[in-house]
Amino acid sequence: MAEDTVTTRVRALLPGSGPRLAPLGPRAVIAILAVLAVLAIIGFMTIGAQGSWSFILPFRGAKVWSMVLVGYAIALSTVMFQTATANRILTPSIMGFDTLYALIQTTFVFFLGGLSYATFDPQLRFVLETGAMVGFALLLFRWLFSGAVRSLHLLVLAGIVLGVFFRSLSGLMQRLIDPNEFAVLQDALFASFNTVDGTLLAVSSAAVLVASVVALRLFPSLDVLSLGREQAINLGVDHKRLVTTVLGIVAVLVSVSTALVGPVTFLGLLVSNLAYMVIRSHRHAYVVPAAALIAIICLVGGQVILERVFGFNSALSIIIDFLGGIMFLFLLLRSSKR
Amino acid sequence: MIVAQGVTKSYGETLVVDRVSLRLPRNGITSIIGPNGAGKSTFLSMVSRLLAMDAGTVTVDGLDVTKGRTDELAKRLSILRQDNHIVARLTVSDLVSFGRYPHSKGRLTLEDRQHIERAISYLGLEDLADRFLDELSGGQRQRAFVAMVLCQDTDYVLLDEPLNNLDMKHAVGMMKLLRRAADELDKTVVLVLHDINFASVYSDHIVCMQEGRVVHQGPPVDVITPSVMREVYGLDIAVHVIGGQLISIYYR
Repeated sequence: MAEDTVTTRVRALLPGSGPRLAPLGPRAVIAILAVLAVLAIIGFMTIGAQGSWSFILPFRGAKVWSMVLVGYAIALSTVMFQTATANRILTPSIMGFDTLYALIQTTFVFFLGGLSYATFDPQLRFVLETGAMVGFALLLFRWLFSGAVRSLHLLVLAGIVLGVFFRSLSGLMQRLIDPNEFAVLQDALFASFNTVDGTLLAVSSAAVLVASVVALRLFPSLDVLSLGREQAINLGVDHKRLVTTVLGIVAVLVSVSTALVGPVTFLGLLVSNLAYMVIRSHRHAYVVPAAALIAIICLVGGQVILERVFGFNSALSIIIDFLGGIMFLFLLLRSSKR
Repeated sequence: MIVAQGVTKSYGETLVVDRVSLRLPRNGITSIIGPNGAGKSTFLSMVSRLLAMDAGTVTVDGLDVTKGRTDELAKRLSILRQDNHIVARLTVSDLVSFGRYPHSKGRLTLEDRQHIERAISYLGLEDLADRFLDELSGGQRQRAFVAMVLCQDTDYVLLDEPLNNLDMKHAVGMMKLLRRAADELDKTVVLVLHDINFASVYSDHIVCMQEGRVVHQGPPVDVITPSVMREVYGLDIAVHVIGGQLISIYYR
């Protein structure tokens, strides 16, 4: 990788230096993002801290860790999903992945009953739910993305229909169950960044680690896949197998983020597209870290600003979805203009 | 040698490729011609495993394209289709580097870099190597893709209408280059062409398809004749010998 000279970097920072602003190398961009992410984490851990550090550090540390884990899981799953489906507008959330997970959780409560669900070992429950998620996601989404459906707008429509379908089905089951059991379910479904389930952190971290190791080995073939299905096959990539593997990993990562904080529909879209903008490279080895760092900056930094500076509570996902939603409309309109 | 046996494809009720059996010889340029909807591109897509066939088999030097290892096949056969839209932002040299993926799986060796440089200079793309693909004209982008395919360094190079989007100068340049690749680099080039004069002048072997079947094949002298052209295209086409080459006149 050729390193940029100092002069071009300085010139890039000056305004009006042509249409291509900021030709910083991908490594420099990642370094800047990493610094910002660390600053956000330090800010979250220290600003407004009162009382004993031995309490604050583990308490806030668990929150930070879950935000980092969720940000990373959403960034990695979105970028891989977009490469596998050869588009930059659809994300797992837009295609209804997290509503599918919510449906699986609801089904568990429906058939197990609220008491046994609540007393069920949460780690085992997570493993079971994630397993079901991977199975159903592959069953439902593989045919959609194997090249059979080519129109982007048809895919968006399919995603919306699937999302509504899963949500209505969960809604129906939620109305059928006992109100007490519904309270148990609500606890699981409407988690936010403030109320992180500590027992899930360990098993989610393990799941993310395994998914990352598998994903990392796929990066070179994912780079090839970003050329499109036909070029990927020409270059000897087993397209069907790779797309299936990617969808499986995406299902695991979506399970993690949805189990920890609930659905954040447009965060993935926001961070992946920001990463494509700032990283002037097609390589996943650069795009994925950048997207993950941007996600961490958005989540942790946004939480610091909202909670500590403005004193709001749990409005972050609304703001992220608002900005991400605008981005979605912008991308959709731009793509239909072409 | 590429051997196709009973290759068939239908979309719904429409039979697009109808039991095509064909032997494409090693070396030289083979052009597939025929009217629109004759199944030329579909046939090429099945030969290159981009499209699943309903029946039949295709082997490339004995390797079955549907059952064999796809990464092994990528070292023997490359395919370039007409429209190559890429979402990712790539420079010309990034794109050409991908041609080495079947050999090095993403870790470029010194030898890979030499192949990349050679392919870029073979297509005269040195000045454009660091430009992004979306900053290029249609013809330049086409050349960049051909450079990638040459960089893949396969014995068989399949191109679906490589002259699309090219003006006369670049079309001639492209055909000369493919001729050189066949003669100097010992490649077997298989093309789908619409311009029968380019096919006549540059090919060693011409395959003529109509309604999903191979109706004629052989060296240009045997295929580019008024009777064959009348049968295939339904036009009265005069074939003249100009400068030792068979040129069809079909404009009025």
